[in-house]
Amino acid sequence: MKSTRFDFLLLLAGLMLLWQLVHWLVGPDVLSSPWATIRRAAELIATSTFRDHADATATAFGIAAVISIAGGIAIGLWLGLRRFAGDVADPILGTLYSIPKITLYPIILLIFGLGVSAKIAFGVIHGVFPIAIFTMNAVRNVAPVYHRTARVLRLTPLGAAVTIMAPAALPEILAGIRVGVALTLLGVLIGELFASTSGLGFALIRAMDVHAVTDIMAITLVLFVFAACVNALLRFVERRARHGG
Amino acid sequence: MTKVGTTRAALILSALAALELLCRVGIINRVTMIPPSEMIVSLWSILRNGRYNADIFFTLYNVIAATFLAVIGGFLAGAALHALPRLRRPLVPLLSAYYAIPTFVFYPLLIVAFGVGRTALIVMGAMFGVVAMIVNTTLGLDHVPPVVAKTGAILRLDAARQLLLIRLPSAAPHLVTGIKLAVAYSVIGIVAGEFILATEGVGKRIAYAYDNFDNRTMYGMLLLLLVGVMAVNGALSGWEKRLHRRFGQR
Amino acid sequence: MAASPDGQISLRGVTKVFPGHEGHADVHALGPVDLDVMRGELFTVVGPSGCGKSTLLDVLAGLTSVTSGHATFEGSELAGQVPDGIGAVFQQDASFFWLTVWDNVAFGLRRRGTAAREIARRVDQALAFMGLTGFAKAFPAQLSGGMRQRVCIARTLVLEPKVLLLDEPFGALDQQTRLLMGDELLRIWRETGATVVLITHALDEAAMLSDRVAVMSARPGRFIDIVTTGWPRTRDSRIVSDPRFGAITARLWEKLREESLRAMKAPETSEDGK
Repeated sequence: MKSTRFDFLLLLAGLMLLWQLVHWLVGPDVLSSPWATIRRAAELIATSTFRDHADATATAFGIAAVISIAGGIAIGLWLGLRRFAGDVADPILGTLYSIPKITLYPIILLIFGLGVSAKIAFGVIHGVFPIAIFTMNAVRNVAPVYHRTARVLRLTPLGAAVTIMAPAALPEILAGIRVGVALTLLGVLIGELFASTSGLGFALIRAMDVHAVTDIMAITLVLFVFAACVNALLRFVERRARHGG
Repeated sequence: MTKVGTTRAALILSALAALELLCRVGIINRVTMIPPSEMIVSLWSILRNGRYNADIFFTLYNVIAATFLAVIGGFLAGAALHALPRLRRPLVPLLSAYYAIPTFVFYPLLIVAFGVGRTALIVMGAMFGVVAMIVNTTLGLDHVPPVVAKTGAILRLDAARQLLLIRLPSAAPHLVTGIKLAVAYSVIGIVAGEFILATEGVGKRIAYAYDNFDNRTMYGMLLLLLVGVMAVNGALSGWEKRLHRRFGQR
Repeated sequence: MAASPDGQISLRGVTKVFPGHEGHADVHALGPVDLDVMRGELFTVVGPSGCGKSTLLDVLAGLTSVTSGHATFEGSELAGQVPDGIGAVFQQDASFFWLTVWDNVAFGLRRRGTAAREIARRVDQALAFMGLTGFAKAFPAQLSGGMRQRVCIARTLVLEPKVLLLDEPFGALDQQTRLLMGDELLRIWRETGATVVLITHALDEAAMLSDRVAVMSARPGRFIDIVTTGWPRTRDSRIVSDPRFGAITARLWEKLREESLRAMKAPETSEDGK
């Protein structure tokens, strides 16, 4: 356990070094140095404007994530439990997932206008599909022997679903949530890039407009750290749900 | 056709028909969306009169170049990571977080480095797609059964040959998944870049049409993009499935 | 037609046909079979792959309904519902990976609403009986295949079933472990007094463990012979040294060999439900 933590720090140090080298190579107009970026990030976090933007993004992200998860699990469960519906929907879901969501941006903007609901909508269209797909597959791939065991134990369909199918499918569902949540954040940020006057995505667009390289990188760094932490947390939860299985 | 197939076709057709109806009747107004039939007509005329051919080829070239870079670069990086588990393990959470970030915020930085033009876009597309290829390469190499790897060693092949002649083909199903994703992500990266700033390209045309309320052109181009991606994705998915089945993996 | 209540489980003229989907032909998996499983005996069914042995077990358990004929358990008709008093252990690992060994074994009792103290008593007893006491807090992922099967057996036994159905439970295990598990099974059978129906493809296992062995034909499965071994109740795996063991195994193989060849020539289709 100790060596993993050490390895991680070693990796970070290595990446910082690489970053610094590239910075020297291409100059501060393309890439700001690690130190300048971190310092700028610390400065920004201290300002209330930044915190307001962060709040706006976090709120939209939170709402979008909840909708994606609830909707994705509901759709995935329904399609997973009903064999025929699942068979019909499987390629459709797969295709919808693979469509570059950028093709839907103009439509979303035209439907929701500029503002919070567009952001949330962006987030949801990115996150709901992987969650639904993973959940559907999780339910369908529950080992057939578990189904037979449930029947031999004379469980009611509801009892079997709650006490056996749900925990059996849980790790895979959590994996889907992990992927979906990352994409939801991406969606919300993209929404803020194109359709908002608040949020970190908006802050990024402002920085891009005036070519404030360090700001762009500092904000991106903060977002990246946030995403990495959320991802690590979800991975941890997923591993616990597997109990080594 | 099977019962599943017919139900699916019926579902899709009725959804499109409903959309068409809602548009025609006016519940969905023309400013928001034009009816699907008109989108198809617009797409057809775009292809027929060739007004946007230069843009289409521009974007197509960029996507192919970016995909190529992402696939080759991603494969090599993935193979390297697979061979260095100590490097790989701490990197995993970072790679997973990569797709939460809209990396096209780096596009302006790339423009400074490479100027406005296709190089910045291609690098953008490659950057977006490479991580998917890396992750799927490592996954694919993970799934090479140890006995297959041992066979390579017993045949006394050098490391490069082992990788190319034995491990790569064995990991093929996952590699094709990686290629599929690299294509999809490259398209996103490039079109998004063209949205933001470009002199030509499909994304540029869509953004221009959007700004000028030219819904007809915009939806025609969007449909072109959609159909193109779905066709390529469908072909790659078919290949992926065949490989999975042939290799007996799920 | 009322089934005669000779056996604890009785089958009369039972067939099972799986309807074909989408233009494929129907699959005649089983029958017609007549069978009486006697209370307290250890009854084994052997047969070539794909002959319908697992389908037979599904019918005996009430997991699947019959297409024609009658199946009764203790006098009442089996109607596609698993009756009370049946326990089953399958070839695949059915242990619940999210529960500890203790919670796995307690699972069935908890669903029945048994009192907590009673659960604790019976679970501890079942764990001791199966030699799992030291592993009570472990998760199945930490155990070997044989141990996990023991968890599944313990989970079944704790419910005190009258009939224990085993569908190739030792199929995934190596030979030495199989032989030891065979002894385990005999011990369980003696000490619980349950009726045991075992499905296996291993002839030596069948000859060594059983009171009676039924040989099933290639699909559609029918009984072509039922051999009574006449072993004493107190037997264990060392019965292999008894001269009759060879004769019994030889007789089983003689009947089975032709059927196996016939099954090999037939196109391979998987049995439903496995």
